Amino acid sequence: MNNLIVKAKGLSKAFGNLSAVDNIDFSVNQQECFGLLGPNGAGKTTTIKMISCFLESSSGKLEVLGKDAKTYPRFIKRNIGVCPQEDNLDPDLKVEDNLRVFARYFDIVGKVANERSEELLKFMGLLSKRKARIDELSSGMKHRLIIARSLLNKPELLILDEPTTGLDPQSRHQIWESLHKLKSEGTTILITTHYMEEASHLCDRILIMDKGKIIAEGSPKALIEKYMGEVVIEIASINQEIESFLKAKNLNYEKTQTHYFIYGNGLPNLWQEISRKFGEGSCSLRMANLEDVFLKLTGRELREL
Amino acid sequence: MKTILKNISWRSWRVWQRNFDVYKATWKVNFIPPLLEPLLYLIAFGIGLGNLVPDVVYEGVKISYLKFIAPGLVATTIMNHGFFETTYASFVRMYFQKTYDAILSTPLMLEDVIFGEIIWGATKALMAGAIMLAIAFIWGLVSWQAGLIMLPIAFLTGLTFSSLGMCFTAIVKNIEMFNFPVFLFITPMFLFSGVFFPISSLPLWARYIAQALPLTFLVSVVRNISLGRFHQIQMLELVWLSSLALICTYLSLGLMKKRILK
Repeated sequence: MNNLIVKAKGLSKAFGNLSAVDNIDFSVNQQECFGLLGPNGAGKTTTIKMISCFLESSSGKLEVLGKDAKTYPRFIKRNIGVCPQEDNLDPDLKVEDNLRVFARYFDIVGKVANERSEELLKFMGLLSKRKARIDELSSGMKHRLIIARSLLNKPELLILDEPTTGLDPQSRHQIWESLHKLKSEGTTILITTHYMEEASHLCDRILIMDKGKIIAEGSPKALIEKYMGEVVIEIASINQEIESFLKAKNLNYEKTQTHYFIYGNGLPNLWQEISRKFGEGSCSLRMANLEDVFLKLTGRELREL
Repeated sequence: MKTILKNISWRSWRVWQRNFDVYKATWKVNFIPPLLEPLLYLIAFGIGLGNLVPDVVYEGVKISYLKFIAPGLVATTIMNHGFFETTYASFVRMYFQKTYDAILSTPLMLEDVIFGEIIWGATKALMAGAIMLAIAFIWGLVSWQAGLIMLPIAFLTGLTFSSLGMCFTAIVKNIEMFNFPVFLFITPMFLFSGVFFPISSLPLWARYIAQALPLTFLVSVVRNISLGRFHQIQMLELVWLSSLALICTYLSLGLMKKRILK
């Protein structure tokens, strides 16, 4: 039987009149990498804050590691690791002291704490920086140190809120590798991200949220198949001629201010036809991806206006 | 009441340890202000002004001006170090460094964090008070017996001012807003709580106001101990200061929960 690491039923969180998370149901299985996606203000971070017992839910039921989040916050916090979006490393302490002091909050002290810190600094490639001050670290190093810090208590569930935002590709890939390794060792991972590539690469299962509600759920592959089909044709010009052609063919297409996107299966022939008709330069064929799904489901309008 | 207090635990100690670790790492810097501040005051007011001021009659005892203000400066030191630790310093940790957020992802609850900070503020008050007392002792202004009795009182009343400071930290929007409690509350207390002159020389209405200020009570307690006495009224003053510490601690926990866990 599958052990449920997180189980949410009818989970809601309201801030005054604003409903940040609105009656959502989902669960996270053991040793799964579970992704929470959604545009800004979708309710991802609020959901994560409830799971990490930082916020209490307004209504609904939430169990983490088999315990009720409202009744057993200390138990849950003792057994999970949390990597927040913003850097909250302790600038008053050196790198290794950051880990030592943080371990002490979990009652990990003395030799055990030192060994564990060293092990994690090695794991995240930070051993040479152990005596450095926090403001001497690059943002990639800070992210890695935050992850190292979140692993001090050997968490069963690791929660990461946008762990690679603003990082260079090298740092990002290093973090991905570490997460893969942790997962293979049995850690369950819950992650939010704005990078669809990251979600496709890491996640077994994905939840897409918008305006506090769940709008889609499934594996990256299943989501793409369900909402997009295999491939996408992009046409980088907008005119009446193309549009009437697409309409006449009764295609599943989307129009933006600069592009047409055509979705479906087995489109190579169509692609050749369009290229011939409307010019090769502006027409391309590619595999459908999670970003297509995301934009289709949540729309292309900017949030936070 | 129960819901606000239920999460306080011994884990507050971990927050105290964190602050103490940081204090130790920068102890040379931390040591200088509490050492220099009272010295400067004693030199300026005690020696400079003291040469102009004859002996003071305080509650029936005639003492030199320097001996009169030394306990007042001890009380001021306790107030300042307790209050400024949980206002400016705590606000920096909470707001700019996000230290509270980090600690909240461990088994500690917000109540542990706030309570630990208040205890730490009282510890800072104790340490600064101890340095001040040592100087006063070397100067021959306070006996060592009186000094020793004052140490636990410095911690206890340090709690009063650090919990008071935490209440302001829970409600200010930005760090500049601490100017209000400092200029409307701390500075007037420093000037009108009997540190530099007996309250009895104030006009009656001002005396009533002064009698409501926490520092007035602390000055009275410390000064009487330095004179080698401890009346029932001092006991009452301490009880009042302790009650204020309890009230402010309770209030700050509630306000902080509203601010951080809203």
